[in-house]
Amino acid sequence: MVSLAELQAQFGSGIAERTFRDNRFIDVPAEQLLNVLSALKTQFSFNMLIDITAVDWLDYEGATDRFSVVYLLLNVDSGERITVRAAVNLPDPALPSVCSLWMGADWMEREVYDMFGISFTDHPDLRRILMPEEFSAFPLRKDYPLKGRGERHNFPVITRSEG
Amino acid sequence: MAVGLPENIFITRLDAAANWARSNSLWPMPFATACCGIELMATAASRHDLARFGAEVMRFSPRQCDLLIVAGRVVMKMLPVLQRIWLQMPEPKWCISMGACACSGGVFDTYAVVQGVDRFIPVDMYVPGCPPRPEQLLAAVIDMQEKVRRTGTIMGREFVSRDTSTGPSPFDLQEQYRIEDSRLVQLGGFSAAATSTAEGDA
Repeated sequence: MVSLAELQAQFGSGIAERTFRDNRFIDVPAEQLLNVLSALKTQFSFNMLIDITAVDWLDYEGATDRFSVVYLLLNVDSGERITVRAAVNLPDPALPSVCSLWMGADWMEREVYDMFGISFTDHPDLRRILMPEEFSAFPLRKDYPLKGRGERHNFPVITRSEG
Repeated sequence: MAVGLPENIFITRLDAAANWARSNSLWPMPFATACCGIELMATAASRHDLARFGAEVMRFSPRQCDLLIVAGRVVMKMLPVLQRIWLQMPEPKWCISMGACACSGGVFDTYAVVQGVDRFIPVDMYVPGCPPRPEQLLAAVIDMQEKVRRTGTIMGREFVSRDTSTGPSPFDLQEQYRIEDSRLVQLGGFSAAATSTAEGDA
């Protein structure tokens, strides 16, 4: 079991913990994220990265930061799970890439970039993964309208005679 | 002395003969992107047996097909592919839009899903349902055969006159308003909260 005290001893008191129904969440300052994740992988054997995702807190009551990037980790040997969260803000939301720790982070970070516009420095190939290349918005941001800004209908119309 | 036709010879129009042949040997191009594709497969399988209507030869090359069956939702990333497949199909060709999503976007009224393929390619027949039963698709194929017989010409003259789109406009008025609103939100000159209060007062 990774204990909060151990992490705080290593990385200072900026690290906070929260539990909800046996799930443990650790909030980490963005500048320490890579170090903490690296320690969780090497010292505490969280050798599997389950997923990376993000939350947009726009207009959420009591929220102080715009985005949280969420890392779900699993220790395959003990079955222990932990969730690490780091906050980022506009205008330039960016975090260090964790592709160097878990190779599987590649496409996950691309998805977060595609949907939320959070960029990951030192990512080997940070392109859109789901939306078309020429798409310019980040559709899972809360200020993006559900029905889009007309991108879905921005195509030429083919009539029968020219077909 | 009256000259009659010999046995086994009949007279018809070339158009009618061509339509008769075409309508009984439609070659579908399955563009199956969602659950409608499963029903499309069931239609072709033994229980419902599309072969009874001469349309069993599904070709996955658009160059060999004359009936495009759009089965399932089409997202904005897939639409250029669909349009290209339609353009690659040789004349004469027809299109069936199968299911609620292909016809209108269905329940997927989101930023990525095209709200009906008829906005961007010509559609001859719509099949309602979510997904439609194989019987409904069979009915559409039978109706399609009837349409080919009724309107077809051997040189495809009936297509030339269809030079305007029959589907809804890609950007309807509501969509235009929404685009304008979101542009204003981006510029900061428009408050979504203020609008909702105004609507509440009204």
